Amino acid sequence: MSNLAGNSVERSGPQGESSRSLAAAADFTTTEMMTIAASRLLKNNSVCFVGIGLPSTAANLARLTHAPDVVLIYESGPIGAKPHVLPLSIGDGDLAETADTVVSTPEIFRYWLQGGRIDVGFLGAAQIDRFANINTTVIGDYHHPKTRLPGAGGAPEIASSAKEVFVILKQTARAVVEKLDFITSIGFLDGGDARDRLGFPGKGPVVVVTDLCIMEPDPQTKELTVTSLHPGVSREQVQAATAWPIRFAVQVRQTPPPAPAEMENLRDLERRTAIAHQRSVTPAPSGPARLD
Amino acid sequence: MPPAPYAAITALADAVRSFIHDGDVVAMEGFTHLIPFAAGYEVIRQRLKNLTLVRMTPDVIYDQLIGAGCASKLAFSWGGNPGVGSLHRLRDAVEHGWPVPLAIEEYSHAGLANAYVAGASNIPFAVLRAYTGSDLVKHSDRIRFIDCPFTGETLAAVPAVQPDVTVIHAQKADRKGNVLLWGILGVQKEAALAAKRCIVTVEEIVDDLQAPPNACVLPSWTLSAVCCVPGGAHPSYAHGYYQRDNFFYQHWDNVSRTREGFNDWLQRHVFDTGNFAEFRRVLDESITEQTR
Repeated sequence: MSNLAGNSVERSGPQGESSRSLAAAADFTTTEMMTIAASRLLKNNSVCFVGIGLPSTAANLARLTHAPDVVLIYESGPIGAKPHVLPLSIGDGDLAETADTVVSTPEIFRYWLQGGRIDVGFLGAAQIDRFANINTTVIGDYHHPKTRLPGAGGAPEIASSAKEVFVILKQTARAVVEKLDFITSIGFLDGGDARDRLGFPGKGPVVVVTDLCIMEPDPQTKELTVTSLHPGVSREQVQAATAWPIRFAVQVRQTPPPAPAEMENLRDLERRTAIAHQRSVTPAPSGPARLD
Repeated sequence: MPPAPYAAITALADAVRSFIHDGDVVAMEGFTHLIPFAAGYEVIRQRLKNLTLVRMTPDVIYDQLIGAGCASKLAFSWGGNPGVGSLHRLRDAVEHGWPVPLAIEEYSHAGLANAYVAGASNIPFAVLRAYTGSDLVKHSDRIRFIDCPFTGETLAAVPAVQPDVTVIHAQKADRKGNVLLWGILGVQKEAALAAKRCIVTVEEIVDDLQAPPNACVLPSWTLSAVCCVPGGAHPSYAHGYYQRDNFFYQHWDNVSRTREGFNDWLQRHVFDTGNFAEFRRVLDESITEQTR
């Protein structure tokens, strides 16, 4: 895909587009910008514990572009996974087939995460608060929930034990909230040195990437602060999608727009993935259908 | 000394009837891979009640058992439809008590994986660096903290999980009932060895497992029953036999969205079929109708 000008409506991404989601006058969606901005943060040779969904897309895009030797670890057991298409589940067979080794789930959490071998924990979130705490458990009262979410998965220990944490989520005022109903996985609790006092091995969320901007914790207060705006996004848009009065860094950067190679790799990856996941592979009733 | 209790190679319906009873604590494990769906259908068909279901990722298998009213309690660590969204029957049970109220006992993956390790190790609890700062602690009496007797570090403790019955699916058994599994192994070995009784369904029964040293083999004398159920992990997958049926997982989102749709599906596919082979014939028909 060499020419990125024009045709923005026809070439919109696979997520289903609202009026906001096409970045103004550019041929990429805000979701694509988010994924690409997040992928750029992952360094080559780093060891990354990958959550399913947006983190997995961003991490694999990094592997296919600037970070070919990034080590991707999934909680189901694959270490060094190099999937050809994005996994729909955290334990797709492609992850195991392409991994350097596959270990048990207790081993992943005991030897590899708790053992201190993870550089970056890459997490998604249903909700995040002002101090980068994450909720994936429940909205409303725990026992009488308004919305019951899937729950913790591996996130609480990834958030405490990975050396650094990246968070990626779409920014809305319902998702980026002042205070959570439930803290599933901790960021900086109520800010300042609250996290440090608990003595975790990892330093917690260092960056939150959304479809509008990049936020980083303030060095002292740990309050999430906008440090980079994606192309065509205004401060007012970010404020409207944040439930507290959001602060902006003294020097707010402009996120560089997607490069042609980034767009090409991302769209190829998502196209391959869509094709792979559309097939029904119900095993034949006659007996075990071997795949050769 | 009684004779060594080798696993009987038996029909699935007989194994479920003999080894799973109303009110049992049942773990049907398999981390995305090798989920024992056929056994789940048989439990529904035999209308077992009041089960405590334990599973790291309830997945569609427990959505079905919960929607069918087999469970009064669920212990879990991540309860979504992987890559698709919510488990609607689980949410309906938690949010509205339909078809019967469902108590929940919630862990993180690290917590529940460690609880199985303690169960298999036959010690009362497991120790891990986890949960600090998470609200999960406030809503569970099975997460507590202890001080290390050597360093003074405060660590989390979770009590051992020792199910009455564990059910897993594997690739192969030999004619004595020794079982071989490979690929993503999740917590299957730990869950099998933690349980009082264990049923294993397999893709095929062979003369010789040809297992290399260090392969994951569960010896026959650790198991209660082995049942040959080809395709028994569908719509999850069996590495080397068939792929994950991602289409079915997406399809399930529609099937399970309403109580009526779910009940109709269950009647046609499970209650109106006598065994898994019939189930698969009916499923093939209904999938063909869906995709025509």
